[in-house]
Amino acid sequence: MAVGTAERTARPRKVPVTLLVNGEAREVWIEPRRTLLDALRVDLGLTGTKKGCDHGNCGACTVLVDGVPVYSCLELAIAREGQAIETIEGLSRGGGLHPLQKAFVEHDAFQCGYCTPGQIMAAKALIDRNPRPTPEEVRAALVGHLCRCGAYAGIVEAVVAAGLALSGDGGEGRPDA
Amino acid sequence: MPRIVRTQYEYEGRMREQITVVEEDDLPRWGREAKLAVVGRPHPRVDGHLRVTGAARYTADVYLPGMLYCKIVRSPHARARVLSIDASRALALPGVRLVLTPDDFPEGGPVPPPLSRDVRFQGEEVAAVVAEDEETASDAAALVEVEYEVLPPLLSWEKALESSEPVATARGNVHEGDPQVKERGDPERGFAEADLVLEETYTTQTELHNALEPHGAVAWWDGDRLHVWESTQSVSGVRRSLAKAYGLPEEDVRVVCEFMGGGFGAKFGPYRYTHLAVFAARRLGRPVRLVLDRHEENLATGNRPATVQTLKIGAKRDGTLTALELTAVSLWGAGGQGGTVAGPAQVQYACPNLRTTEYGVYVNAGPASAFRAPGYPEGSFALESALDELAHRLGLDPIEVRRKNFPKERPDGRPWSQNSFLEAYEVGARAFGWDRRGPAPDPREIARRREAGELAVVRGLGMAAGMWGSAGWPPAYAWVQVHADGTATVTSGTQDIGTGTKTALALVAAEELGLPVAAVHMRLGDTDMAPFGTGSGGSGTTSSMAPAVRAAAADARRQLAELLAGYFEVRPEEIRIREGRVHLAEGARPSVAVPAGGVALAELLRDVGPINVVGKGGRAPTPGDRAAASVAVHFCEAAVDLETGTVRVERYLAVHESGRVINPLTMTSQIQGGILFGLGYALFEERRLDPRHGWVLNANLESYKVATHRDVPRIETILLDRPDDHLNNAAVKGIGEPPVIPVAAAVANAVFHATGLRFRDLPITPAKVLAALREVARR
Repeated sequence: MAVGTAERTARPRKVPVTLLVNGEAREVWIEPRRTLLDALRVDLGLTGTKKGCDHGNCGACTVLVDGVPVYSCLELAIAREGQAIETIEGLSRGGGLHPLQKAFVEHDAFQCGYCTPGQIMAAKALIDRNPRPTPEEVRAALVGHLCRCGAYAGIVEAVVAAGLALSGDGGEGRPDA
Repeated sequence: MPRIVRTQYEYEGRMREQITVVEEDDLPRWGREAKLAVVGRPHPRVDGHLRVTGAARYTADVYLPGMLYCKIVRSPHARARVLSIDASRALALPGVRLVLTPDDFPEGGPVPPPLSRDVRFQGEEVAAVVAEDEETASDAAALVEVEYEVLPPLLSWEKALESSEPVATARGNVHEGDPQVKERGDPERGFAEADLVLEETYTTQTELHNALEPHGAVAWWDGDRLHVWESTQSVSGVRRSLAKAYGLPEEDVRVVCEFMGGGFGAKFGPYRYTHLAVFAARRLGRPVRLVLDRHEENLATGNRPATVQTLKIGAKRDGTLTALELTAVSLWGAGGQGGTVAGPAQVQYACPNLRTTEYGVYVNAGPASAFRAPGYPEGSFALESALDELAHRLGLDPIEVRRKNFPKERPDGRPWSQNSFLEAYEVGARAFGWDRRGPAPDPREIARRREAGELAVVRGLGMAAGMWGSAGWPPAYAWVQVHADGTATVTSGTQDIGTGTKTALALVAAEELGLPVAAVHMRLGDTDMAPFGTGSGGSGTTSSMAPAVRAAAADARRQLAELLAGYFEVRPEEIRIREGRVHLAEGARPSVAVPAGGVALAELLRDVGPINVVGKGGRAPTPGDRAAASVAVHFCEAAVDLETGTVRVERYLAVHESGRVINPLTMTSQIQGGILFGLGYALFEERRLDPRHGWVLNANLESYKVATHRDVPRIETILLDRPDDHLNNAAVKGIGEPPVIPVAAAVANAVFHATGLRFRDLPITPAKVLAALREVARR
């Protein structure tokens, strides 16, 4: 849900915005106050990105904008026009799971899975720039992502393992905490 | 043959009795000697790929064509009377379709009124608006003008007990007017016989669930049929309630919850928001969505109630308990219900003389609800802290005191089906290195050395134990269909709320059918075309459903064997199915030869065409002659920073026995998650209420502190895989709640061992630690 509860007798005019989502240009007609999160979920049907708090506290809504993880509930969609937006749905295009997704399943890095898309997108930003993070670096990168089921230990293991898999390391020289 | 029985079972510390239809099965139980191929081995979640790709559809992700959005108008006051509601400005806003007020819901009707004129807590529902989109609904909600007569709220339990004026509920301020008293033996004599009597008061805070998926529902009337997507722990339960409320046959109500973003006890329902969505959808003839926001979650969707507990313990010099007396006040908010705080004191130890007195007190705050082991973490904090104090005062080892008072039977006289406390103490103590634990320090010495700059961090070891009855119960039914492609589908009106139910039940079905796990499809979380399944509460999903799924799979396997026996012209008993391949028993003389490695079931059935193999199974009653105990023994190593007062748990060991282990991977996740819930409860989670107005001061995930990636200690888990085959055919008990129960006491006991300071008030915050250090330095 977006900001603003001021009284108005006329609805704010909807404007066209072209969002570049998972490599595809998508035009939506939205009120300027619509968040990137709501635009993705409501207007584009990309419900993999979750709404947990709508206040930038929980991290469930994380997507990548030009490779940088952002809380999409704190972004206005119109402000991200033309930038490369990557969501969880973009990670497994072509059918196969991304190594991070595979590792999350193998390490049981979730229970309910509601925070999982946000955790994975933030983790992707991390291993894209640092493919072999230490567990402590993973915790630092993901500390803004709450998991109420408490799957944190599995998440850290999964991210470390996925980084190794992506950098072609079969597990040798696995960094320690 | 199905039959009607009257059965008794334990649910969250309370005995329940019900009349129900059960289907007995004659399956050999999966006892200790059973050799299982699939069950007991770690298996990743069968729906994991859906949860990691964003494809899993949660209730909050349901957007239907033509759907409208509903937003609730909530009272900003903790106690008030609604004098008038003016909806004209809201209705004038383009895009607004409807404003609902208490006038739309007459008292005494079948639908419990979802809007109130008498406001009894901040955030109570007084009106609702329905609009074309969420932003408009939100704007319109702000334009609904409600005139209140604001009344002073009742917030303190002392005043609630004194006052005869019904303030926090129309029924009065104390649940059922009187405390619940339980007694055995002669407590006064027990205290007279004691060498040492301890009496202390323990207080615990209000804890909020904050499941990451908010509560919510989407309702749609399809002609006479009602479809409701609800984030719920019980699709079958919600269906039953909705059918009753709207006068529909249950078959005309479909409730769906295929994926669930956490519940922890607060999501059974239907709730007020559900009824608003259902009502508005019928009135407007369009689907209506009502998903709460985080602020609402923190005000009005339940909590673990705060408690004040005075516990008196009498013991002999050797640690033998002679008497226990607990007086507990639990602040249930406005008309809520909490759990059995006295549960641990009543059943965990063999104390001959006991009196527990429990008050459920109503105040003008958000109503309490079930919360992961309702009552037990609260009660365990008092009991297990007190036992630690007792051991310290008597110069005994805390484990020795617990061993000494091991209950050979449940205090109501029933023998345990099994009780693994003694084994868990031993295994845990060895693995944790408990014998390195020395005496606790003198706190004055700690304070002195701190002031002198000699000590910055101190460490200590603590332990605590907990137990929970979770043997499952009927009714719980399942269907297992075998398809011609060699796969099978398990269908039941139960749900996987994130605990791994789908995976555990898939393993059970695969084991019984002789199919690979990948060949088992799970259809849970949808009441349409599904038999009744249990609600996910009381740690009873697996222990209720696994026996039913196993029985249904066995029924399907028998039918399949008959089918194949005809094909091979052998007896059905000679058919063996393993890992999806058909073999024949030694000595069988088939009309069609079977190669040494067997034949793939899929290959055999390929040319047969469609088949109609559907097994059904129900859960037998849990035998009433034995009591069930899931046990937890926890060990904690904590570091206390004497400069900042911060307690950090560095190492944690949990030993659990919950009967047969079905999936050690997901069971370990359950335990880890439970421990993190417990650590939050011990150290930082607390709903803060303004003491004058009754406003929640931290109704968000920034200032209400839940555990983060940074708060996770090294956690080791030891699963004692001890099939409990007296209870059900799968020999399983529950694991969802037990790991939360002993955590706060284990932490408090470790903090005592580190500092010599005893904290009897949760959470143990840095401010409390520093205040205690300052106070002891003054002594």
